[in-house]
Amino acid sequence: MTHMAKNLDPQPAIESNFAVPDIRCAGCISKLENGLILSPQIISARVNFTTKQVVVHHIAGANMADIIAAFALLGFEAHQIEKNSIDNIQNDSKSLLMAMGVAGFAMMNIMLLSVSIWSGAEGSTRDMFHWLSAAIALPTIAYSGRPFFTSAWRALRHGGTNMDVPISIGVILASGLSLYETATHGPHAYFDGAVMLLFFLLTGRWLDSVMRDRARSGVTSLLKNMGNGAMVIDEKGHSHFVDSTALLPHMVMIIAAGERLPADGVIIYGKTQLDLSLLTGESQPCPANVNDKVLAGTLNIGSPIHVRITEIGAFTAIADIARLMGEAAQSKSRYVRIADRAAKLYAPAVHLLALLAFAGWMIMGAGVHQSLLIAVAVLIITCPCALGLAVPAAQIVTAGALMRSGILVKDGSALERLAEIDMAIFDKTGTLTMGRPEPVNLHDATDLQCALMLSLAQHSRHPLSKALTHALQQMNISPAIIEDIDEDAGMGIGAKWQDIDIFLGRHFNDEASNSPVNNDEETLSTNLFMDGKSVFTIFFTDNLRGDAKDVVHDLKLMNIPASIMSGDKAKAVAPITKLLGMTAQTAMLPQDKLAAIKRFEQAGHHVLMIGDGLNDGPALAAGHASMAPGSASDAGKNAADFIFMGDNLRPIIQAINAARKTKSIVRQNFQLAIGYNIFAVPLAIFGYVTPLIAALAMSGSSLIVVANALRLRGAAK
Amino acid sequence: MNGLIILIPIALGLGLLGLAAFFWTLKRGQYDDLDGAALRILLDGDGDEKQNEDKDASK
Repeated sequence: MTHMAKNLDPQPAIESNFAVPDIRCAGCISKLENGLILSPQIISARVNFTTKQVVVHHIAGANMADIIAAFALLGFEAHQIEKNSIDNIQNDSKSLLMAMGVAGFAMMNIMLLSVSIWSGAEGSTRDMFHWLSAAIALPTIAYSGRPFFTSAWRALRHGGTNMDVPISIGVILASGLSLYETATHGPHAYFDGAVMLLFFLLTGRWLDSVMRDRARSGVTSLLKNMGNGAMVIDEKGHSHFVDSTALLPHMVMIIAAGERLPADGVIIYGKTQLDLSLLTGESQPCPANVNDKVLAGTLNIGSPIHVRITEIGAFTAIADIARLMGEAAQSKSRYVRIADRAAKLYAPAVHLLALLAFAGWMIMGAGVHQSLLIAVAVLIITCPCALGLAVPAAQIVTAGALMRSGILVKDGSALERLAEIDMAIFDKTGTLTMGRPEPVNLHDATDLQCALMLSLAQHSRHPLSKALTHALQQMNISPAIIEDIDEDAGMGIGAKWQDIDIFLGRHFNDEASNSPVNNDEETLSTNLFMDGKSVFTIFFTDNLRGDAKDVVHDLKLMNIPASIMSGDKAKAVAPITKLLGMTAQTAMLPQDKLAAIKRFEQAGHHVLMIGDGLNDGPALAAGHASMAPGSASDAGKNAADFIFMGDNLRPIIQAINAARKTKSIVRQNFQLAIGYNIFAVPLAIFGYVTPLIAALAMSGSSLIVVANALRLRGAAK
Repeated sequence: MNGLIILIPIALGLGLLGLAAFFWTLKRGQYDDLDGAALRILLDGDGDEKQNEDKDASK
């Protein structure tokens, strides 16, 4: 019926964007695009593979939960995201691409005219060609040169200099002088050189910006939609939704199961279990009762609770961590990128050289015009065409290679920094371990016990229940038929099976025994009770990531000592340090981790921080470079420079290797570019550089640099 | 020389046409998903027709 309504009465379609991180292949595209429209509310769907997003056109008033369920039915996890956030990000590269397109068009047309001049056009024909070139080149330079002119002007106004200053001066001087040449019927005009320079440099800029877009949209697509408010009860007992910005202390909010708390507060009604992993990194859910303090950002996984707000917004514990993260990230933003460091040396040297050439020829008595022409030739030939491409070309090729093997790179400087690290620090839970408990002794249970456990567990949202459900379903167990299902938050879930009371949880109806009887070994466990007697105990472990041992060993071989910093207690960390042979610091607060990293950095070390939780956020931001697994918390992913997918730690080694390879290719590119200058500058100084030679030298050196960078395509192996 | 008067505007016009086409494709978002475009060639048949068939079949 709904199908009919949709077809007969086409309502205006509404567009929503969803992030779907699991899109991996062509099959996923067709599965999503063809599968989603089967849902009655969805009119059409379009996958963007690059950004791992899906644009869904759906009928007005469609339920987002239904659409997300439609994704889930196809086996994809989807999160709704704001549409505008992506568009804004890409504007920058789009305008660069447009400038590049204009410069490319102009370059080709001017080159056409230039070829005629080089092949011997004389007199009025040459003049006409020069004028035509000028007519194309000048508007192009005005349009395409803006990114460089504005940045150069900004640098000069603040008394500094950057790579854009010699570029701008070179381009403006070259076109000014060429115009003068043209007007005075001179033989040499450098319009083609000036425009080609812009084209190559814009290519470099655009590559750089595309890489950052990709990583950023990758990160946004990983970010989950967090609740931005809560249901609040007023004095009359009515409840209504209040945006998180409008929440005030002393308000009472109802937090349903599965909701995140938007503010700090105290529980005034109900008892539940809270998932604190976002704050503490600990995977074990924590029981909470009336009068307990609860923190914003924690996830309620038990039953509904009423919370009286104590702290809001910037005063919450989570905001405190965010502030620490911001401060820590500032030290990183002071990192000077290789290209900028090169520019600092390069720009004054080039200007000095041009000035010397000008002065030299004046002293030799060549006249202002001739001397200026030589000086401009020097500026054009040394303009950092190849240098501008040297770094971004290498970095984008590496980033592409890493992305194909499931590693996202936030920006180019991250690769530069990763190549310099000399020690690694791991978080434990969720980083070295999977961060999800797995039952270990299910094969000891009888088939009936398994069936009962499955039917109970699949009715609970508790992490252990979820893990149990998953494991039992993998074993192809079919659930038993039960009734009277009742979950007692924090205790367990009970039901009736063939008139027998069954219960899955820690203790059956016996709160007093909630003492450290069976969790003294720091093992997670739960019991199946039948008729009040425990018939089976399921033990869970948080498994190490499969290749953790190899990776730690490989890091050692690479001369990068690794150690652990964990928020967990020493007892929980000890077995892992023993197994991996690493040193560890335990029971650390976010502030402690941050302070420790700062200490290492001040001692001259370059630290690679690998972590996942919000509690690692400040440390991730402070580390010289940082990585987070794809399963990390939003805060962790935001703070990290690299995000790797999958269950293995091998990507860490891959990324470090790739970063080091990139560094050496960048160095080679610089050597090539400088070698070219050593060859070409004397030609320019002695006045042999005609527009033809300038064009050949510039394009030749740029192509060599790009070709060299392409060697990095296999860097992620 | 006379040839040039005709040929040069034609050359420039074609160039401008190319630039206009580039801007058009850019505005239409054809460069938004370059990796996806490379994969879509592997998909069977015309997406739209197939989608409609599926839709009919599902009713």
